Amino acid sequence: MNYTLDFTPVIDGLPDLLTACLGTFTLAICGMLLATVIGIGGVVLRQSPIKALRWLVIGFVEIIRNTPFLVQIFFIYFALPLAGIRLDPTPTAIIALGINGGAYAIEIIRGGVQSISKGQMEAGLALGLHKAQVFRLIILKPALRAIYPSLTSQFVLLTLSTSIASAISAYELTSVSQRIESDSFRSFEVYFTVTAFYLVISWVMMRIFAFFSARYFAYPVK
Amino acid sequence: MTQAAIRTDVPEQMITMTGVGKWYGAFQALHNVDITVNRGEKIVLCGPSGSGKSTLIRCINHLEAYQEGQIHVGGMLLGHQAKTIDAVRREVGMVFQQFNLFPHLTVLQNCMLAPVKALGLSKAEAEERARQLLERVKISEQAEKYPAQLSGGQQQRVAIARALCMRPQVMLFDEPTSALDPEMVKEVLDTMIALAEEGMTMICVTHEMGFARQVADRVIFMASGAIVEEAPPAEFFSNPQHERTRKFLGEILGRH
Repeated sequence: MNYTLDFTPVIDGLPDLLTACLGTFTLAICGMLLATVIGIGGVVLRQSPIKALRWLVIGFVEIIRNTPFLVQIFFIYFALPLAGIRLDPTPTAIIALGINGGAYAIEIIRGGVQSISKGQMEAGLALGLHKAQVFRLIILKPALRAIYPSLTSQFVLLTLSTSIASAISAYELTSVSQRIESDSFRSFEVYFTVTAFYLVISWVMMRIFAFFSARYFAYPVK
Repeated sequence: MTQAAIRTDVPEQMITMTGVGKWYGAFQALHNVDITVNRGEKIVLCGPSGSGKSTLIRCINHLEAYQEGQIHVGGMLLGHQAKTIDAVRREVGMVFQQFNLFPHLTVLQNCMLAPVKALGLSKAEAEERARQLLERVKISEQAEKYPAQLSGGQQQRVAIARALCMRPQVMLFDEPTSALDPEMVKEVLDTMIALAEEGMTMICVTHEMGFARQVADRVIFMASGAIVEEAPPAEFFSNPQHERTRKFLGEILGRH
């Protein structure tokens, strides 16, 4: 075996790869925001007095969690045009990431809400607050704090799943690296570099999560 | 002490319960309960565990629904309409065994939340009211702390202040000292006694018979979901009429 490492194509492609990292970040952050909205909204609907809404959420969670993400992306990418909605790969990827992450977030956040003692709800109601106010002002923050580690590890996973969006050539790190690789045939060098980039991206994400935690969940608990 | 929390614009009969029945599935938790509480009266509710005393006061602010009879609070019939329930809850303060302070809010924020969100007070008004009432329960220096940084007794006093911030017509206490370490019971009872002396209408579920002797106008004894006996404390303790009351008093006073 006589292989000479040659990083020249990687170095030449570095500006492209770095902008692609931003693409990955954009997909991940937008996907997470959407997933959080779906997660919290789903939990609210999941507790609705209307049975049909509860079942809608349960069905959604089951379908999403029991099908491959790649298939979900393809489904959205090729199904939405049939409904007359034609989206670029990047918005499609964000929607897919948000829907997929949202289904997991629903289950995680629901666990957090269930971990809050019934007394908190009762204290809020006894003070004359409505149920929705009690959820928003009293339950939500401690519930999110309780499950924050699970939610953020799910979101790291979401960040890494952005690579699957390369299948519809969304603008992100994996698709750009594939292009450089197929132009140069320097597979090892390209994927070695990309692996390192993904590690850095995950690390930055975790720093962001830690920052939010210190900012919003700083109150002491026993 | 100020009179700020005591209101006079309220009917003479603050709470009337007539023929109230409550079921959990097939289990009947309350049997035909009749109680009238007049403005300024202090009622102590006692009885063995499972006798329905907590259930009874939780019906008064509709944390529990009742299925039979009628409950009037401050002249309003407490039915099952959300509007009346909210209106009643704004007039009825409740203090829980487990304090139930909101852990993510400071003491001051705990006291301001409902006045701002449920009564529509401005933040400045709510803060002024909260600070005044925290002063009254002698805990104003802890206003910026979080619940987890306070002792149980302090937390319970904050919970009392939080309820008073709504300027309720009546206060319900559900075993307010049962979760406290013994050395903290007194500070909470002293707060309740001070409140009673100002003329607040109070219903207290408690086993603190010293408190009952000192402040209660009437002691109501419950067993198996029904009222067994009802008397002023002097009479209740010296001359209980029913065997079950005598047995209960023997057990609870024998221990102390």
